[in-house]
This record gives sequence, C-alpha cells and structure tokens, in this order.
Amino acid sequence: MSFYSKMTHLAHLDHRNNIIWTFTLILNQAVIVLLNLCCALLQISLYEPSPALRTHGTVLLALAVVGARLLCTWPNTDNMEAEMEYDDGEEEPSFSDPEDFVDDISDQELLGDVLRDKPQEADGIDSVVVVDNVPQVGPDRLEKLKNVIQKIFSKFGKITNDFYPVADGKTKGYIFLEYSAPSHAQEAVKNADGYKLDKQHTFRVNLFTDFDKYMSISDEWEAPEKQPFKDFGNLRHWMEDSDCRDQYSVIYDSGERTGIFANDVKEPIEVEERARWTETYVRWSPKGTYLATFHQRGIALWGGEKFKQIQRFSHQGVQLIDFSPCERYVVTFSPLMDTKDDPQAIIIWDVLTGQKKRGFHCESSAHWPIFKWSPDGKFFARMTQDTLSIYETPSMGLLDKKSLKINGIKDFSWSPGDNIIAFWVPEDKDIPARVTLMQLPSRNEIRVRNLFNVVDCKLHWQKNGDYLCVKVDRTPKGTQGVVTNFEIFRMREKQVPVDVVEMKEGIIAFAWEPNGSKFAVLHGESPRINVSFYHVKNNGKIDLIKMFDKQQANSIFWSPQGQFLVLAGLRSMNGALAFVDTSDCTMMNIAEHYMASDVEWDPTGRYVVTSVSWWSHKVDNAFWLWTFQGRLLQKNNKERFCQLLWRPRPPSLLTQEQIKLIKKDLKKYSKIFEQKDRLSQSKASKELVDKRRTMMEDYRKYRERAMDMYNEQRPLRLELRGGVDTDELDSNVDDWEEETIEFFINEEIIPIGDL
Amino acid sequence: MWDTKNVLTGSADNSCRLWDCETGKQLALVETNSAVRTCGFDFSGNIIMFSTDKQMGYQCILNYFDLRDPQQIEDNQPYLSLPCNESKITSAVWGPLGEFVIAGHENGEINQYSAKSGEILKVAKEHTKQINDIQSSVDLTMVISASKDCTAKLFDSTNLEHIKTFKTERPVNSAAISPIMDHVVMGGGQEAMEVTTTSTRIGKFEARFFHAAYEEEFGRVKGHFGPINCVAFHPDGKSYSSGGEDGYVRIHYFDPQYFDFELEA
Repeated sequence: MSFYSKMTHLAHLDHRNNIIWTFTLILNQAVIVLLNLCCALLQISLYEPSPALRTHGTVLLALAVVGARLLCTWPNTDNMEAEMEYDDGEEEPSFSDPEDFVDDISDQELLGDVLRDKPQEADGIDSVVVVDNVPQVGPDRLEKLKNVIQKIFSKFGKITNDFYPVADGKTKGYIFLEYSAPSHAQEAVKNADGYKLDKQHTFRVNLFTDFDKYMSISDEWEAPEKQPFKDFGNLRHWMEDSDCRDQYSVIYDSGERTGIFANDVKEPIEVEERARWTETYVRWSPKGTYLATFHQRGIALWGGEKFKQIQRFSHQGVQLIDFSPCERYVVTFSPLMDTKDDPQAIIIWDVLTGQKKRGFHCESSAHWPIFKWSPDGKFFARMTQDTLSIYETPSMGLLDKKSLKINGIKDFSWSPGDNIIAFWVPEDKDIPARVTLMQLPSRNEIRVRNLFNVVDCKLHWQKNGDYLCVKVDRTPKGTQGVVTNFEIFRMREKQVPVDVVEMKEGIIAFAWEPNGSKFAVLHGESPRINVSFYHVKNNGKIDLIKMFDKQQANSIFWSPQGQFLVLAGLRSMNGALAFVDTSDCTMMNIAEHYMASDVEWDPTGRYVVTSVSWWSHKVDNAFWLWTFQGRLLQKNNKERFCQLLWRPRPPSLLTQEQIKLIKKDLKKYSKIFEQKDRLSQSKASKELVDKRRTMMEDYRKYRERAMDMYNEQRPLRLELRGGVDTDELDSNVDDWEEETIEFFINEEIIPIGDL
Repeated sequence: MWDTKNVLTGSADNSCRLWDCETGKQLALVETNSAVRTCGFDFSGNIIMFSTDKQMGYQCILNYFDLRDPQQIEDNQPYLSLPCNESKITSAVWGPLGEFVIAGHENGEINQYSAKSGEILKVAKEHTKQINDIQSSVDLTMVISASKDCTAKLFDSTNLEHIKTFKTERPVNSAAISPIMDHVVMGGGQEAMEVTTTSTRIGKFEARFFHAAYEEEFGRVKGHFGPINCVAFHPDGKSYSSGGEDGYVRIHYFDPQYFDFELEA
C-alpha cells in the first residue's frame, strides 16, 4: 500500500472499529432485554388461563422475537449503510496518492514498534537448547534425572520436548530441550549456564543455533586492521606553564563564543577561542584533562595543547554528563533515546576507546548525577525505589550479581576518600530512622546510627573522607517546630564515634573545610543571618570557634586548600562578599560585586572569581578577579558573559615529604618570585610609557596638520562673518566693555589714638 | 548664531522657530510634518539646517534654508531638501566652513551632506549602534560622536577620518571636546527602563574624562542620580556642565590640579 492510503486505512479502521464496538455493546444489551421479554411473553402465551391475554401475549412475543432478530443483524447493515452513505455523499476529497507516488519512508521507520511485534516465522530451532555435562546414568536412574532436569529448566519456560540420547545403555551426557518460545531458550542459556548440579557436574547450556554459528566460522583468520595511533600531544600541557597560570573557560556572547584563558594578574591571556564551540555549556573533567562540549548529537571531548578533538560520543539529545573521578568513564543522559528493549537514556562510555559500555533506563534526571562513583572509579551505584544497585568496572555488571534491597532508602553517597557508602532510611512504624555506613565490596556495615523523630537528612562528606556530617531535621516529641542537629561521624577513628552539635536556628548553608577539620554554617533567617565556625578536635570535642552575626550571605565557598573562605550573598542579596581567614577567624575584607551570581575559586586557592552571568541578569555581565585576601585585581567585562569554570588540576605528583621540604625553604623561593614580579611590572610600565609616547606623537602630528588647514582657512572665516574675527575668545577686545565692581572684603578699625 | 543675535530652536511640535535673542520675539516659523530632531546655524549664520524624524509615515528629511532669502521661509520651501531613507538622523553639526553638515544616524553611520548640492561627500561606518550625539571641537576641526555601542569616537571634520576611540561599559549619551586641553568628557548611563536594576547607590552616574591622545580614562565625576543626557565644556575650558535624566543640571569648575595633570609619558 502506498504511504498515504496506509495511513488513512489504519485511521479509518480504528475509527470504525471504535464505533462498532460501542454500538455492538449497546445492541447486545438490548437483545438480552428483548430475549428476556420473549421468555416472559412465552410463559404468558402458553400458561395464561385467559384466552384474550394469551392472544395478546403471543402477538407481543412474535413482535419481540422479530425485534431481537433485527437487532442482531443491525450492526452489519449499519456498517454497510454507513459505508454507502460515505461513498454516496457529496464530492468528498480524494485521499489517495497520485498515480506515480513512491513513498520515501520505509516500513521499518514508520511502523518500527508495530513490526517488532510481528509474529516471526519460527522454525523451531531457535527454541532448542543443548545442555552438556549432564550425568551419565543408566535406565534405572533416568526417570530421576529427567525429573531433576525438568525442575531446574522449567523455571525458564514451558518445556515442550526433551531428548536424551542414549549410547551403550547410558545417557550420552548431553540432552536437548525444546521450549515453547525462543525467548525462554535464551533465558535458560543466560541463567542456567554454569549451574552446579553437584561437585562433578556443572551444566553448560547453549542455544542449538549457536552451534551452527560457530561451525560456520571460516578457517582463515584475518588479523584485525591496525588503527593508526592518534597522537594528541601532551594532554597535560597546560600544567607546564612556566608562570603556573591556571586556565579557565569562559562562555560569552550568550553562548555563541567560548574561550579558554590563562589567568595572569595583569589581564587574562587568551589561549583559545572558538565560535559555537558548544551548543549549551561546557564541563571540565575532574583532573582537568578534557573539556567536554555539548551538541545536539552528543558530547565531544577536547584536550591537549591546541584543544584538538580527542573523542566523540554520539548520544542524541544529550543534556547532562558526569565523569568518573579517574577520568576513565563518562556517563551521559538524554531523555530522548530510551526504548523498551534497548535502554539508552543513560549510557556509560569508555573515554579512551570511545566505546559504549552499557546503557541504562532512567525516568527522570531530577537528582543528577544518578550514578555516583566511588573515589577510585572501581564502583558506581544508583538508587531506585527500595534498592541500591552497585556496579563494578570494567565489567559494568552488578557487584555480586545482585542489588541491595534496602527498604525505604532515601539518599546515599560515597565517601570521597574510601570505598564506603553512607545511606539513610526514614522511620518505619516502630523502627527508628537509621544512617548506615557500608564498606564495599565486602558489604560490611561498619556503623549504624539510629535517629528519632526524623523529618529529613542530608549527607555532607568532608573532602578527604575524614568526616561525615549528617544534617538531621527533627521534630522532637511534643513540639511543633523543626530542630536541626549535626551528627558528625569521625571516619578515621576506631568504631567511627559520632558527636552531635545542636543548632538552634534554621540552617541556610553548610560546608566542610577541604583538607581540614573545620566547618562553617550559615544559620538564621534573613535579615538576621549568622555564620558560625566549628573545629572538630581530636579529643572528641567540637568547639565553636567564632560566630559573626548580621551577615549578608547565603552561600559558603571554601578555598580548595582550606583555611580561607568567601561568604557570598548571591542573586537576591545583591552580591555582598566577605573574605574570612579561619585560622584566627578574622574578616580580611568586605566587598561587593553587584548582582553576582557565581563565585569560583581557582584550583590552587590563590584567586577567586565572582561573576554576573547573563543567564541570571541581563546587564553588567562581567567577571571580577580577586586575591584570596579580598583584593580586587581585575574587572573583565564580556559581552553577554555566561559562565566561567576553572580548569581543575590533577593531584600533585609530589610526596608529602617533598611538599614539607618546599614549605621549609619557602623564603628562598619567595625572594626569586618577588624579583620576577618586580621585573615584569616595570616591564609593563615601560611598555605602557612607550605606547603613550607613540600615541601622543601621532596625535600631535595630526593636530599640526589640522591647525595648518585651520590657519589657511582664516580668510574664508573672516569673509563668512563679515570681517569679524571670532577665532579667539579675546579676538575682539574692542567689543568688550570694562566694568569695575567693588567688593567689600574687610573692615579694620584703627584707633588713631588721642589727638 | 555666532553673534548671539538669534536663536534657532526645533521641537517635537513639528516646527522650527527663529527667535530674537534679546527680546524673545519669534522671527520666523517653519512648519514640518514630523518632529524636528536637530538644528543649527552654519559658520556664517546665514544658512540654517534642521532634520526631521521618521514618524507617522513621514521620512527623515534634512532641510536647508537660506536666511538671506526670506521667501524660502515664507513659502516653507527649503532651497535644498534631502531625504534619508535607510536610517534616520539622530544628531548633526555643521562643518568648519558651512560647506557641509556632519550627521549621525540611527544605524551608527556618520555622513557628510553637502550644503550646496546635497550629495553625500564622505561616509564613516565606525559605530555599531545608534549615534546619540555629535559635537564639534571649538575650532570645528574635529567632531566627537557618542554612541549606544558604549564608545565615543573622534573624527576629523573635513575627511571624516577616524582618529581615536574611547571605550566604556555603558552606552554613551553625549561627549564634548575640551577647548584648551587634550581632554574629552563623556556622559552616559543606560536605558531608562534598566536604571532600577543597577546599584541603588546614590550618585552612581558619572561623567568620565578621557585623555584624547592616550584614549585612557583619567577621572570621573559622580553626582547624577540618573543617566547623563548631555555634556558641554565652557568655551574657556575652565568648567563644564552636564544635564541628566534626573532633572538636574550640574556645573563644575575645575581645580588647578586638573590643568597640571599629566599622564606619565
């Protein structure tokens, strides 16, 4: 059928079928009613004593029977009538395709999902499996063997046939089983292959068709073609910058232009800049090796000195990505691609080879990343209703082949330092809420903590995995309000002791110090917001170091090296900034970047960038560079600036001892650096002075020429103004009137003495 | 007019009027079809020009009247009338000798229109957005154009050669050239509707001073509560005044340090 008539036929059928269906239902009911009536009337006509009533009854009966008969045949006539009406009607437009129409859309594309359900011609061989390593028994034990086999293999489907070949009185050791459908056979192969019947017999199950396949492999072996090695150069090239400048990516021109800059104190140095490099935004990989850009067709990874394209992942409509911490894998999410048989919503890729490793279903991307990685990249896990599924790499299979059933699991997260997962379940009738720490892969529960009257929990890990803070919102018995506690788990101590810090006010933000044992909390309610600093001491105490009140802040940003932090009041708080040194809890500087929407520390902790993104505010889009102490260094305006991201650094290659050594000799190094700085500064000012000199020269020359022309034109000017010279303000002194005005300045009384 | 006898005013009431400065008596009235955007006397004071806006179906037209011929005013018949089809004129000044008019357009172009033949003598396409204001230097050799693209540019009057550019982060509404120093002053702000979204700090709107040769900013004067619409230097160069959206006109006299200030070179 041609395409167009196909569509109309399908539509027509559906339409008509619906109407017929309802019609038939109604008519069936009517028929039933009439038949009942017939029975009643029959009774009357036969058994009614009064002859008159009998006659009436018979007549009515006859009518009822005729009526029922008609109703039964009505649907069909109705159809035909309808059809005829349709055809006889007024000039109705013809929906058929023109004579020579050839449709350019294949059946597969148009009706793919319908065709998949098309009954396949089954020749029966697909549903046969061969089971090897079956015990060889004599006819006396055959019955028992058959029962055992039945018991094991009927789990996968209905066994329609079985064949136990016999030789020399005993079974040969392999059998054939036929299932009712090929899918059952495949299930059997998947699950029963490797089944240990007893110590000496482990079943090997294969599809019969597989034998065919393996037999027909050619004897000649072709070596796979060698792929040329793609040399991308030194992927860590930016780390070798002699002045240790960090790089950052900037998206501006409302997404049209993306640039990579090296951060220099004087002004950013452009490394690379491309138009339409990404369609939405960019992401750096966790160690800074790759830059990922988003496109309609998938993700592209760029890196190396010149930012060449290293890898491409095709995932239509990709929206979100996540890297594994070791940068070996990329997880991409796209809401478009999912189909029932072939899960494609989330795909895990191998970065180096570009291969698709595994696909998963996903209903929504509300809590991205859905898959959380262990810090060494060996495991990744996701949480679904009542289940925690942990997978291992590189096989991408479930750890121990099954997921963990945890009723009511609400949230989980990996420790950033070890392979430990923390998760919590809310209250369940009599069982209180629990926070559990589980070691992987052993699945040992190393700590369980019971909590009472819990409303909500949030897990906050310290960056090295030294501490876990669980923010617990509770409603204590007998009260209405919500109280917050911080349960601090000390991971590095034996048996993981837990300390509790009670907070009287609502919590706005919480952040651990990276590499340290302090944390900062913003609490209270606008406009009275307070910030408190706590120190988790080794002796089991948690001390409040300092509290500042009346802060304009809604977010905390610690420096990646610890000790310093920025309190920022972003968005609605108009960009108030406070730079704090937590070693003695002093405010180093208070400043403002009006309408700032983001704060980003550089990976070394030397600089902070505050920015006003075009995505949140349409005017004054710029990013400002500050030192960690809060001194403003640069203001960079970029037309419709959108986003700035620092390029992360890979972990240092120096050992702890080497770092200690350098810190000891810091004085020696700082002298060299200061000299270098002074040199570059004077060079800059010399450059500036030279530039200005040349500009002034050019300008003077131009003015000379202009003045020459001006003087030449003087006679013309005099003529235009009738001989009156107006070139200078004082050209016509004669015109001026002189007026003398006296001002009273001072009064002095001099006694003249006695005359 | 150069001898301060007459004043020429153009208004959105679709007319251009000539007044006697001393008595305030209206000397002549020219009716137009749309609002008069800009007007001026030429160097001799004999020829007037004004431009009308593109409104209500009427084109933007640059008109020239010769005052020595009163018949032209009476009949409302300019001796030269130039329509501007692509982009309307937003600001215009006369050239040094009354030979041409330098006009800035809505699309950022600056054109020289001859006062005798009406043809376009020179074109400068340096700005990317609307020209808000054009002012000449006191000797009429240079003009400075202030544009919505956040820059002001200095041009030579005769050949419209682009000499200097002064960059800011806000649209520039007006710019002027100092009569005695190598300085220019610029005033701006932003769209009136965006004003409330910026810092509510009082007096944030500033007039900025740039060095004409180095293109570097060396000073700002705060004080206006709203965008600055117009700036001008006093002819003796010792003071300047600025008028703003906030309804205030501010007059500032320069300190002695202003005249001694030198950028290191």
